[in-house]
Amino acid sequence: MPQPLLEVKDLRVHFPTDDGLVKAVDGVTYSLAPGETLGIVGESGSGKSVSSLTVMGLITPKQANISGEVLFQGQDLLKLPKDEMRTIRGAKISMIFQDPMTSLHPFYKVGFQISEAILEHQEISKKEALDQAVEMLARVNIPHPKDRANQYPHEFSGGMRQRAMIAMALALNPDVLIADEPTTALDVTVQAQILDLIDKLKSEFNAAVIIITHDLGVVAEHCDNIMVMYAGKAAEFGNTEDIYYKPLHPYTWGLLRSIPRLDEDTHERLHPIRGLPPSLINVPPGCAFHPRCPYRFEPCDKEVPALLPVDGHHAAACHLSLADKQRIRDEEVMARG
Amino acid sequence: MSVQAEVVPAPPPSPAGEPLVKLEGIKKYFPITQGILFQHHVGNVHAVDGVDLEIHAGQTVGLVGETGCGKSTLARVVMRLYDPTEGTIWFDGRDITTLKGKELQELREDMQMVFQDPYASLNPRKTVGSIVSEPFRLHQTVPKNKVKSEVQQLMELVGLNPEHYNRYPHEFSGGQRQRIGVARSLALRPKLIVCDEPVSALDVSIQAQILNLLDDLQDEFKLTYLFIAHDLSVVKHVSDRVAVMYLGKIVEEADGAHLYREPKHPYTGALLSAVPMADPELAKQKRRIILQGDVPSPIDPPSGCRFHPRCPQSRAIAKSEGIDGPHPRCVQEEPELLPQGPEQIAACHFPLEGSTIEGGDASERFDDAIVEVQEEAERSEDASEPS
Repeated sequence: MPQPLLEVKDLRVHFPTDDGLVKAVDGVTYSLAPGETLGIVGESGSGKSVSSLTVMGLITPKQANISGEVLFQGQDLLKLPKDEMRTIRGAKISMIFQDPMTSLHPFYKVGFQISEAILEHQEISKKEALDQAVEMLARVNIPHPKDRANQYPHEFSGGMRQRAMIAMALALNPDVLIADEPTTALDVTVQAQILDLIDKLKSEFNAAVIIITHDLGVVAEHCDNIMVMYAGKAAEFGNTEDIYYKPLHPYTWGLLRSIPRLDEDTHERLHPIRGLPPSLINVPPGCAFHPRCPYRFEPCDKEVPALLPVDGHHAAACHLSLADKQRIRDEEVMARG
Repeated sequence: MSVQAEVVPAPPPSPAGEPLVKLEGIKKYFPITQGILFQHHVGNVHAVDGVDLEIHAGQTVGLVGETGCGKSTLARVVMRLYDPTEGTIWFDGRDITTLKGKELQELREDMQMVFQDPYASLNPRKTVGSIVSEPFRLHQTVPKNKVKSEVQQLMELVGLNPEHYNRYPHEFSGGQRQRIGVARSLALRPKLIVCDEPVSALDVSIQAQILNLLDDLQDEFKLTYLFIAHDLSVVKHVSDRVAVMYLGKIVEEADGAHLYREPKHPYTGALLSAVPMADPELAKQKRRIILQGDVPSPIDPPSGCRFHPRCPQSRAIAKSEGIDGPHPRCVQEEPELLPQGPEQIAACHFPLEGSTIEGGDASERFDDAIVEVQEEAERSEDASEPS
């Protein structure tokens, strides 16, 4: 077992608001080994973005009550002073955001925006930084990088903007790359290009990657491990095979069953998860998923289930006994197709 | 299976009766002008460029394609929200291409639309009740004193709590807002509902709820859908027939199962292979065709087959004949939509053989060609860039 690069331990991020305490992240634990790709999957409001923004140090104790530990190479990022965090953010851990239209500044040329990030961390001349930016654009397969660096974001297509964002994020050769819904705003064909690019660059730069998404389909081919989040907590954690072929949490089952599949007959009825995701101010007592869970029983609305390991790499937070879960899974969930 | 168009029998006649909607040679060009005082016409955006399509009553026809392929423009032409530059729209056996005023308003009772963004398509200053009753007010199909009960019935029908009649859109989640949009479109009991990316903005679990709802309503009210989305798995799930659009033209049309098993147009093959699958094993087996570059500009679409600059198939065929680059036939000659088997038509000079998903015989040739396409795409982008 390699030494983990990034370890998040019992992270809690609670936002005090006028309506009450929003428990956006409520006890999340995971670790990331060098070269690993971790997928974090969940619906809107499951806390997947907030947990990674906190890792980046973009949510500060001024805005929220943060507890827990974020260990990066053994150092707790939550305890670092602001200026030291700045040397890590962007250089060691960097992030790609969902919407490439809004995350590039429309007034500045793309090359300048990338070189700005490099200049922040390296003592080199502007000219050298710009050359590096052009080289980065070439590495993310943007044709004519020299001319492109001299253009404004509006002259780029959606896919190209996302490539430019990736170039910016990788410019300083970070150890961890966090991609927050990197392809949600893009067409499927472009989505495939971008995901392949992230895969390729991951091995070139030897970085570890966290991909955050709401679509289990997106991460199937690209992740080693997957964490399914619900209402600020991890519902299930496992490697790709565990999650797709041996899922053990009713929420994961629901997610898998609600995706229309290409290899299935047309007009087969989908099995949506009934109800709505809970408000994070009034998280249901006990297991947060119990109001939507078709298999709930006695303890579900009283006791919070712990994330119990099934074997070395697979864990699920559900009160059902392992035998019951396996039976339901085999009889009802995986029976289709 | 033969791919020679000539030996394949013509497709069997479509389901009995006239189609509800019939499009003939629809073109929609948007003019580009220059100058401030004296605007002169310098070109056209060829958003929709010659589309024939039939939608039969009770059926769902799906329309897929990348951003900018003209699918939303086509939907708006069908709705008569845009006037077509050329072509004829038949609705229920009537030519509606030039209807005006009162007649057009009456027609709108029969066709309604559900929009993509449930946040932008509902007026934030109106209550749900007044949003859903708007069609009744405009068309006066229901006496005033019955409007409220009618609206509450509609709300119940789409799975909303009728007691929320006086709430505002911001009090609802995305999925519930989309239900409001569906209720509004149902108010006048239309024959045709055009759904423009109705689930793209929703979470996966909610998406399934809305898709099931649309399915139930179709059964209950014998609705006809024109369903537009960029996600092929969603379109295939809901549609009886699927039309694939590329740069303003339909390049392939078939029922969902055929399209998935045996796509004939290389573009359909590429779209299918790009769809993410929640099944790692299947995803690894599937033959990947990654298209390089972006969709070319519809202002000056490529000659011949519009897909030729990005097409790996054209290149693979050309290579086997000892020619570099795309096949000359694809560059010069525009392919027609020809029958490629039962209930399947495609516009391609060299249709694909075998299944894309399980890997076909030509897959190796294909892979070589992809690298070339990438280089070519870079070059052509150079040429198309404004100086």
